[in-house]
This record gives sequence, structure tokens and C-alpha cells, in this order.
Amino acid sequence: MLILNCPYCGVDAEETELSPGGEAHLKRYGPGSSDADFEDYLFQRENPKGVHFERWRHANGCGKWFHAARCTMTLEVFGTYEAQSLEPPKSIQKAISKKRPGWSWREFS
Amino acid sequence: MSNSISHANTPFDGYVTVSEDAPSGMLTLRGDLSSKPFVTALKKSVSTDMPASCQIVHDGQMSVGWMSPDELLILTAYDQVAGLEAGLRKSLGKRHFLVADVSDARVSFTLSGDKVREVIAKLAPVDLAPGHFAPGAFRRTRFGQISAAFWLISETEARVICFRSVAEFMFNQLSTAAHLGGEVDLWS
Repeated sequence: MLILNCPYCGVDAEETELSPGGEAHLKRYGPGSSDADFEDYLFQRENPKGVHFERWRHANGCGKWFHAARCTMTLEVFGTYEAQSLEPPKSIQKAISKKRPGWSWREFS
Repeated sequence: MSNSISHANTPFDGYVTVSEDAPSGMLTLRGDLSSKPFVTALKKSVSTDMPASCQIVHDGQMSVGWMSPDELLILTAYDQVAGLEAGLRKSLGKRHFLVADVSDARVSFTLSGDKVREVIAKLAPVDLAPGHFAPGAFRRTRFGQISAAFWLISETEARVICFRSVAEFMFNQLSTAAHLGGEVDLWS
């Protein structure tokens, strides 16, 4: 059972109260971008064994979207943070480095 | 306003009593609750204090529950809701806000009995152990597979609200959870 702390209402919500929103920090390239960029945005996803960043929505609670950093192998949660962020906060990146030295995920490490 | 139809005319008497409440007035208010001028304007119409995150505050017939960082649920008497809505629109003026009368969209149930915590805990993924969820706390969650919100009025009384479209399902599942013989005696 996955338990995530919603950064908006502070509730420790368990999985059934949330709905998954797929991978976090997807970047959509604007006008003039290449077909390859668009293909990446639409289809190319990380499928890591280990550190992963995801979007979740507190669907049966406050209704807000947020980001979560967790380990897909152990279900350990490193932290949750606001949806209005382009990258994981430094504190969360540090916490991951402490527990999973040498981790990398897309452009973050 | 429409004529609301009650799904449960007679309360269910189990080890906790489940009854559907008479229609109550409910307003949804959305806006920037972190803005001081907004809250000051709000207080011209709302007599209670502002609830903190995941809390509900009461003042006489009026209750205000915290739904999300930008949403409040204002409960009042059914016949006062139109006046309150007009008052809110006037006091909030040109600020960015949304106010909607949702009295007929939702239905509320009252649970009463010594083991209300236990009946709620059977249906919602919330830690209801005494000391973890106190009267004054307000929680949006799910009951079975439907979205709902609840709060404790006292240690022996709780209120649950959900959409009217699923009221019958809610009444039935609350009744099942409160069935005599279904006591778990978790916290007694």
C-alpha cells in the first residue's frame, strides 16, 4: 500500500484515495519543434527500477494534483511536492542522494 | 430550488443509528483564501472564523468546512441559503471568486451512537483512532467507492455528506456497516 502525503491539505492519503497521473516533469515543446520532440512528449516514458517521479491527484480529497518521488522497487516514498514545479526540490533530491547514491532519472541526478 | 426526494424516510437502527438529515443549505465558495482582503470581505457575510486546513468551524446554524486550499463549504439553514449567497456576492464584489448553491446537489447523514468512529473506519481509509481524529476536524475522502466528506460533532455523533445521486448507496452502506452484530469493538 502506497501512502503519500498531499502537500496541499497535509493529509496522509493512501493509494485508493488518489488517482495516478503518470510520469512527472514531461516537457511539451512549442511551435517549430521537431516531430521527434513531439513523439518523445507523447510516447517516450521512463520505466525505472528504482527512483521515479510521478504525478498524483488527491481525487477523493482536496482534488489537487501534486508530484511524488518514490522508489518503484521498494515503494519507499522520498517526498511529495507541489505540481507547480519544473524540477524536484533540492531537499528531495538530497534525500534521494542520501538513500540511493548515484541515482539518475532523465536529466536529474 | 427543486423538491428533494429523501432516500431514507426512516432512520436505520443498528448499533449506530443512521439517518438522513432534513435538507440543509450548502454553498461552495472558491477563491484565494490566502488573501487577507478576500477573507476580510468574506467575513462580512460569514459569521464564523476561517477554518484552518482540514478543519470545520461552527457558529450557531452556520458551519464552514475547509474543502481545499481554495475552496470552502458553507453550511447554513436551507431557507437562508439564497440570502447568504446574495450577501456573499455583494461583499466579495469584483474579486475573483465563485459561489454556487449546492444545497440540492448534496445530501447529509447523521450517525449517532457510541461507536460512530468504528462505523466510519469500516468504510473510509482514515485513521479514526481516538486522539487522531477529533471533533473539529473535517475530512474529504471516500466511503466505499464514492467521494464523501465527514466530521465529528461529538464523540457519539458524526455527519457525512455526499452527492445526492449516490445517497441511496451511501445510506445502504452506512446501514450495513452499522448492522447489529457487526461490532468490531476496536476502541472500546
